[in-house]
Amino acid sequence: MIRLEKRPTPSKFWQIATPIVAVVLTMIAGGIMFAILGKNPVEAIRTIFWDPLFNPDFAAYSRPQLLVKAGPLILIAVGLSLGFRAGIWNIGAEGQYIMGAIFGAGAGLAFYPLEAWYIFPLMVIAGAFGGWLWAMIPALLKTHFNTNEILVSLLMVYIAQNILASMSLGLLRNPEGSGFPGSRNLSQYPAASNPELIAGTGMHWGVVAAFVAVIAAYILLQRHILGFQIKLAGQAPRAARFHGVSPTALVLLCMGISGALAGLAGLFEVSGPAGQISIDFNVGYGFTAIIVAFLGRLNPVGILLAGLLMALTYIGGELAQFMLGLPSAAIQAFQGMLLFFLLAVDLLTNYRFRLFTGVK
Amino acid sequence: MLRKTLLATAAVLAFASAAAAQDKLKACFVYVGPIGDGGWTFQHDQGRLDVEKAFGDKVETAYQENVPEGADAERVLTQMALSGCKIIFTTSFGYMDATNAVAAKFPDIMFEHATGYKRDSANVSTYNARFYEGRAVTGTIAGRMTKSNKIGYIGSFPIPEVIQGINASFIHAKKVNPDVTMSVVWAYTWFDPAKEADAAKALIEQGVDVILQHTDSTAPLAEAAKTPGVIGFGQASDMAEYKPSPRVSAIIDNWGPYYVERVGALLDGTYAQKDTWAGIGGGEVLIGEITDAVPAEVKAEAEALATSIGDGSYHPFTGPLNKQDGSVWLADGEVADDGTLAGLNFYVEGIEGEIPQ
Amino acid sequence: MDFGSINPFVLVASLMVASVPIILAAIGELVVEKAGVLNLGVEGMMIMGAICGFVTAVETSNPYLGFVGGAAGGAALSLIFAFLTQSLLANQVATGLALTLFGLGLSSLIGQSYVGIKPPLTPEVPFGPLADIPGLGVVLFQHDWVVYFSILLIAAVAWVLKKARLGLILRAVGENHEAAHALGYKVQRIRLLAILFGGAMAGMGGAYISLVRVPQWTDGITAGAGWIALAIVVFASWKPWRVLVGAYLFGGITVLQLNLQAAGSSIPVEYLSMSPYLITIVVLVIMSSGKGRALNAPAALGQNFHASR
Repeated sequence: MIRLEKRPTPSKFWQIATPIVAVVLTMIAGGIMFAILGKNPVEAIRTIFWDPLFNPDFAAYSRPQLLVKAGPLILIAVGLSLGFRAGIWNIGAEGQYIMGAIFGAGAGLAFYPLEAWYIFPLMVIAGAFGGWLWAMIPALLKTHFNTNEILVSLLMVYIAQNILASMSLGLLRNPEGSGFPGSRNLSQYPAASNPELIAGTGMHWGVVAAFVAVIAAYILLQRHILGFQIKLAGQAPRAARFHGVSPTALVLLCMGISGALAGLAGLFEVSGPAGQISIDFNVGYGFTAIIVAFLGRLNPVGILLAGLLMALTYIGGELAQFMLGLPSAAIQAFQGMLLFFLLAVDLLTNYRFRLFTGVK
Repeated sequence: MLRKTLLATAAVLAFASAAAAQDKLKACFVYVGPIGDGGWTFQHDQGRLDVEKAFGDKVETAYQENVPEGADAERVLTQMALSGCKIIFTTSFGYMDATNAVAAKFPDIMFEHATGYKRDSANVSTYNARFYEGRAVTGTIAGRMTKSNKIGYIGSFPIPEVIQGINASFIHAKKVNPDVTMSVVWAYTWFDPAKEADAAKALIEQGVDVILQHTDSTAPLAEAAKTPGVIGFGQASDMAEYKPSPRVSAIIDNWGPYYVERVGALLDGTYAQKDTWAGIGGGEVLIGEITDAVPAEVKAEAEALATSIGDGSYHPFTGPLNKQDGSVWLADGEVADDGTLAGLNFYVEGIEGEIPQ
Repeated sequence: MDFGSINPFVLVASLMVASVPIILAAIGELVVEKAGVLNLGVEGMMIMGAICGFVTAVETSNPYLGFVGGAAGGAALSLIFAFLTQSLLANQVATGLALTLFGLGLSSLIGQSYVGIKPPLTPEVPFGPLADIPGLGVVLFQHDWVVYFSILLIAAVAWVLKKARLGLILRAVGENHEAAHALGYKVQRIRLLAILFGGAMAGMGGAYISLVRVPQWTDGITAGAGWIALAIVVFASWKPWRVLVGAYLFGGITVLQLNLQAAGSSIPVEYLSMSPYLITIVVLVIMSSGKGRALNAPAALGQNFHASR
């Protein structure tokens, strides 16, 4: 009889090996799905995983795009992971992302057409503030009225979406856009734009911020007393209280950090890759980031890798769609499979299979 | 030996097919929704299939669904350009800046942007359809058919195209029935069938018996079907499954002729940058079959209107027309210019309520 | 503001219909969460139910079988979640989100050839003359069977959780799986059954959208209803009857805001449009404030269980 047995410490080998095993399993299962859809499975898998990185036609362009796509995911996920570790469930990062973009873009557009060095820094502050503010609503409701932050943060996403629509149609609408919805394009307003820092690398300030956030979170969790308190609050709330950790302060702090980082992600996206506030500005980064946070095992370095992997499946998936005529639904299902396998084989890190032969 | 020959043959074949692939003109399409939306994107994809049908082996098409506007669109467009697409159709307004940005980097590739107005470089053309022409026809039918003198309009977001539709419907309903009033409900979403159904129900509850919709799902028609005497119109696609009633006619987006024309022009070397805004006359807007639920004389009237719009003898926005506040928009006989129409942001006189800003 | 032209009876009748998908999905998820499992994949299971129900109904021309098919579709998808979280001890939050992604993709693949088809009609339950009672008839006696089923289901779940042995076991597993295990209950098996029930109900809710509410198949037809169902469970603080309150509140304001627009209200549309979310939060705040322990969440919610012995 086969039994699962918990390892005394997580296996170092399997920590590294499980993602590889998962990807291989996904290739097999996904290949079967692509074959059923009448596509060449080998070609499809190669297009998704290989072409964005190494295809001579695309790679020079697609490789930097990995950073562009992964940047916001990582930035948001790092913030969320702190709260998740402490048992604080902010699942409304999407709304905080939207509000960061609105505040940030609004701050920049207020100065239009002035060209001054301080505009972009002000936008960064405004973006972080917008996200922070939006996260403070569920946080304060939780600390003062004992409402559940899952519910409030989620519903705040829908409210943010309505504000976004209203902003694109009203206050922030481009006055030279002949009545169409959407703000001015910030990438055409140099003082407020967030361009590639080095051409052809995909690096913009948002990607830089993501890397900084990863490093800062790593140090915080490894070295700082606050990191210890966050971990303790998640694992043993009562012990944390004995150690003088204030639950209220922790909620405000964790929600605040994750909100501010999500807001920053929104600001960097609207001033850089996206360029403008529009009705459909948000594309679900806030929700995908939750997956990224858990795939990365709530560990900053893990999140970095998980964010890059997700970005690869997005970009490879796009290539597979128009190169091979795969429907986008197949790519979604494929991403779902990859996540399933990653989550499933993670078991091997913490558990091992033991063969029992009756005697115990 | 045999094996070697086989390999050599395979290599030759592979090379030949690669060469053949290069001879084909690759036309690419970027869609904002899934093809399975049964509406906007579905109709664009029908246009793509028309291109395949028209040119057979000479073209190859590729598409990508569900492309979000903004950063993702720019990447998808660049990757398409790198993959050898020679002409790229971007089928949503929100792709405007991305289209122009990518077009500037690939001067040899032609870009065609639907519903936009920016043509920053020589290789960007824009195209749109005068859906309001179809609205004028359905507005006429609505004005004639309503018994309660109340018609309803389900809008998505208050953008110029939707406001054109509301105005055109109302003007022509009013023309044939001076007592008509119109209620507008904004769903504030592009896509939420259940909400569209609720919006239709709310309108019916207010005594509306003709529903015009500017959202793509059949939910409002299904809702109309539940109440005898309430009619509606197909939107974007024919929605023939609700014939003969409640769907008494439809406004069909028909992009095929334009796509075939542009790809054809590129094939025979006559391609040039242009801005196209065609309607019933150009075949981009089709009026779906008017069913027998509509009396013959109303049907004839509607068809005559469609014909006069199609041959250019009548423009749906012809004065005298006042704005909602009573000020003069168009003097007697004056016709609205395209610039004003493209950015239309006010109601005409007689429509109640405000446009959300 | 003009409330005068809005008929309150018809309004109640429409909100009852509008809330059915959310009630079904939410009551299913409530049972799942009561067993200590957090399945965030409700949206994915709903849309699988929507397509499987639609396909079944169209192929068999039987609207009743359609709901069975929808429940089966939702349950089938939830089986993946159950296997990953219960057997392989995967993280529940991430697995649930992945389930939604997978469900959205798979449903669209299955539905490719079902766009633009009208499903068989789900008729009203014939109550004869009762349906003609002024006011009450519209509210109580002019619905299809699923509307009544959803309310009966809440009653049944409420009764089971409170009175039946099964409910006791379920709550024990959700509150303290170690203790339940020590008492000899098969924690994982009970959770598996709860997850399947949740999947089936979400699937039925989805089928209600594609067979009654819309009725049509289009990609992404559930348009976020699963997320609202999740919010309603929390709103209800895991109490079955409050699910009904929450869903009717939310559905009611959604319907009301559209009615207000149709009636020519002067409230700006953007405020009306965000009102269902805003008012739900406000009501929640009022309900939860002033109580010591209002959250009432199952203690083991979201934690996996592994029997070490």
